[in-house]
Amino acid sequence: MAATRDFVIRFAGEGGQGMVTASEALAAAAAQVGYHVMTFVTFPSQIMGGPTWSQCRVSVTPALSNGDTLDVLVAFNEEAYEVHKGELRDGGILVYDSAVFEVPDEDRSAMNVVALPYEELGKSTGNPRAANMVILGAVAQFVEWPEQYLEDFNVQRFTRGRPNDAEIVAANSMGLGLGRNAARESGFSLGELAAPDPPDYEQIIIKGNESFGLGALAGGVNFFVGYPISPATSILVFMEQNLRGEGTFVYQASSEIESISTIVGAGFAGKKAMTSTAGPGFSLMSEGLGMAWMMEIPCVIVDVQRGGPATGLPTKSEQSDLYMAMHPAHGDSQLPVIAPGTIEECFYAAMHALNWAERYQGPVIVLSDHMLSERVQNIRKPDPALVEVEARQIYTGTNGYKRYEGDSVSPMPLPGGPGAYVANASEHDDIGDTTHLPERHVLGTERRFGKLKLLEDTPYEARNTDNDVVILPWGGQKGPAHEAYERMMENGVPVGWYYTMFISPLNPKLLDELRSKKLVLVPELNYLGQLSSILRQHGVNAKSLTQYTGLPFKVADLVEKITAEVEAEVGSKVGV
Amino acid sequence: MTKRNPEYDFKWCPGCGDFGVKRAIELTIAARTTEMDIAFENNVIVAGIGCSGNLVHLTDGPQPFGFHGIHGRTLPVAFGIKSGNPELEVMIVAGDGDFLSIGAEHIGPAAQRNLNVTCVIMDNGVYGLTKGQSSPTTQFGVVTSTTPGGKIEGEVKPFQYYLSLGASFVASAFSSKPREMAQMIRQGMDYRGFSIVHVQSPCTTYNDNYDVLRGNAKKGIDPLTYDIPESHDPTDYREALRIAQDPGIPLGVLYAADNSEPLDERYSSLNSRLRSRDVDEMIASFAIQ
Ligand SMILES: Cc1ncc(C[n+]2csc(CCOP(=O)(O)OP(=O)(O)O)c2C)c(N)n1
Ligand code: SF4
Ligand SMILES: [Mg+2]
Repeated sequence: MAATRDFVIRFAGEGGQGMVTASEALAAAAAQVGYHVMTFVTFPSQIMGGPTWSQCRVSVTPALSNGDTLDVLVAFNEEAYEVHKGELRDGGILVYDSAVFEVPDEDRSAMNVVALPYEELGKSTGNPRAANMVILGAVAQFVEWPEQYLEDFNVQRFTRGRPNDAEIVAANSMGLGLGRNAARESGFSLGELAAPDPPDYEQIIIKGNESFGLGALAGGVNFFVGYPISPATSILVFMEQNLRGEGTFVYQASSEIESISTIVGAGFAGKKAMTSTAGPGFSLMSEGLGMAWMMEIPCVIVDVQRGGPATGLPTKSEQSDLYMAMHPAHGDSQLPVIAPGTIEECFYAAMHALNWAERYQGPVIVLSDHMLSERVQNIRKPDPALVEVEARQIYTGTNGYKRYEGDSVSPMPLPGGPGAYVANASEHDDIGDTTHLPERHVLGTERRFGKLKLLEDTPYEARNTDNDVVILPWGGQKGPAHEAYERMMENGVPVGWYYTMFISPLNPKLLDELRSKKLVLVPELNYLGQLSSILRQHGVNAKSLTQYTGLPFKVADLVEKITAEVEAEVGSKVGV
Repeated sequence: MTKRNPEYDFKWCPGCGDFGVKRAIELTIAARTTEMDIAFENNVIVAGIGCSGNLVHLTDGPQPFGFHGIHGRTLPVAFGIKSGNPELEVMIVAGDGDFLSIGAEHIGPAAQRNLNVTCVIMDNGVYGLTKGQSSPTTQFGVVTSTTPGGKIEGEVKPFQYYLSLGASFVASAFSSKPREMAQMIRQGMDYRGFSIVHVQSPCTTYNDNYDVLRGNAKKGIDPLTYDIPESHDPTDYREALRIAQDPGIPLGVLYAADNSEPLDERYSSLNSRLRSRDVDEMIASFAIQ
């Protein structure tokens, strides 16, 4: 039997049962020996209890999506079992604790069932926390991993210089052994997982929000405030712990209304200022964002999208804030938007956003999402040298300067230096005083929109673009869409690929190319089909493939839907 | 229209109290900058939205930097400016509506942080710019366009409010006494911490209360304002609160906490104690071991 190339394991139960720890530990161990990993977590916003699940995909090649079906389901309670059993693939393995619940007899023929009393086995090692190790030991056995993988990981991870390190490592090791034995006794196997094929480049293992934080530091952020909100809180926490040194400032704000005005103030004073939030907080920033646009003050706002309007789905994935990111404020305005599609891109998106803010002198929005924010993945080690850090054009002349003169960016005076002016959120003349003259409003409006041209020359991916039908995913759904695209290539489906994280303004060259296509399919996680409607405004024949479940796309669904669209367009069956 | 800018199209009404405030601010900034050898361009005025906030466009003489943003957000903006560059001398000018209604949520955090800025609040007991609606300091029972049957909620008592929120420096001035006001603004600016100079600045168009404030013997009106006795010790919080609760409007410095340590100083001493790592080192800390 050919070795398997990847497997997906899900831990499902109640919050507080260590599911996230288990999947992250497996990810860390697998990455250490050279596999590619991607975790996925979803949990209610309460701290303890409530249905939670976490999963990990381990793959020989880079993981692009979570994986559609489960090879192993570890069900911590009956409810979790009922909810998730449908996603276990044929021939998959169910692990459960018979002390907690029983699997009904009629279910047993459809899956390989392993009763593993991990709680009790964990306790028997002398360290009840070793229960996770019992499970991981069993899982490793199902894919016939060399014992050493997890044993080495255990020693490294738990040798932390504390007096009881040796005891913990010994108990964990015993737990691993107990798990392995139970798996062996069960006689089930997923087949041997192919040996890892470690990449020839340096890697790190990291979450999306941390990657974003590192990118922001590399991009020169020196002022950060934020208000806690899922799934953006970890950016604030990262900054509180890492933004240090002379001339830096980081602080927890009292609300998002405060955050936005504070970073606009800091930007006015010359800082590279940033805040992070999610939908509800972003809504509160509306007026302040208009102020930054009107006053022409650089600042960066990252909106880590969650689901739904109002309080919505705090810990689920959706891409429904695109309209709001581009047009958060009243009046004529359109904000630049960068939407990273991978954890690696989160790093560079932060750097580009800070550059953009300085270059066009105004607010820039980064649209991340829940799925990118908290998952753990191994990525190519980011290289700050790939993006040149841009500095603001600062005014150095004499007093009597006309800050807002001309139809594009002009050097900005900073308090403490020459060229005092009034940064004015009302329509203003060229020294910043309020005016209501029609010609001034025309000049001001055109100047503000005109500056967006400075951001248009952006890179994009284009493959197999001689096809009439192309797909253009955006943001965090790039991964599943790419996996679907690759599968369609294997199937011989004639479809092309476009992608960019620079969503607004869109590169005019890209728009030209898209306009020449018969059909541009946009897989996106929202009801309205937001990006496709924006593309249609630009004369592109675009159509969305929408989903609004709060969950990411499944690759098989995308393959099926896109293939059907291609067939409808070419009028016959395509592929194999 | 102003001397320096014929295009600017806003004017205060004749007799508006804000003229006096503008004069006091100009005098204070000029004197302070010269005496203390501060670069003039280090002065920043953050203005609220209202008749009062237009002060930032109306000052004569050398021009400080100005920030005329959105309604109610002077404190967050000033927080960003002062924390972004602690060398700057940051002053807020705002009305009673801007500061005590839509922007009231920001006073507490600024006070707790001891944000080192000076707020000059022009209280005319009404919304001037929007033409005469009730404001937080409009007295109970007063008829305005939005309280045609008389106001049926109580008024905010600014001094009690500021003191209870923990403001470190609280003073009370009157636009008709610009020299005294200038002294208080000077003290507020020199003070290391969060300072508020709350000014009675009548609106001649929608709430002309000059007579009530300074009294009118001919009409038999006793003045509502009185000077805080020189014997008052401004570091005495309880005494300040007592004065704030007394009837009438006290003029002078009610409170100036001693041993005040402003946010910028606390922050920089903390920041200098923490180890900072460079980005490459941080990226490397995520390496797969
Ligand atoms: C968010 C928002 N709401 C309402 C307004 C309209 N508005 C402008 S000034 C003002 C009140 C001004 O009153 P005050 O702050 O007391 O200033 P004054 O004009 O009395 O000096 C209001 C409600 C606005 N500009 N923005
Ligand atoms: S309306 Fe009142 S507050 Fe406004 S300028 Fe006129 S007098 Fe002054
Ligand atoms: Mg007022």
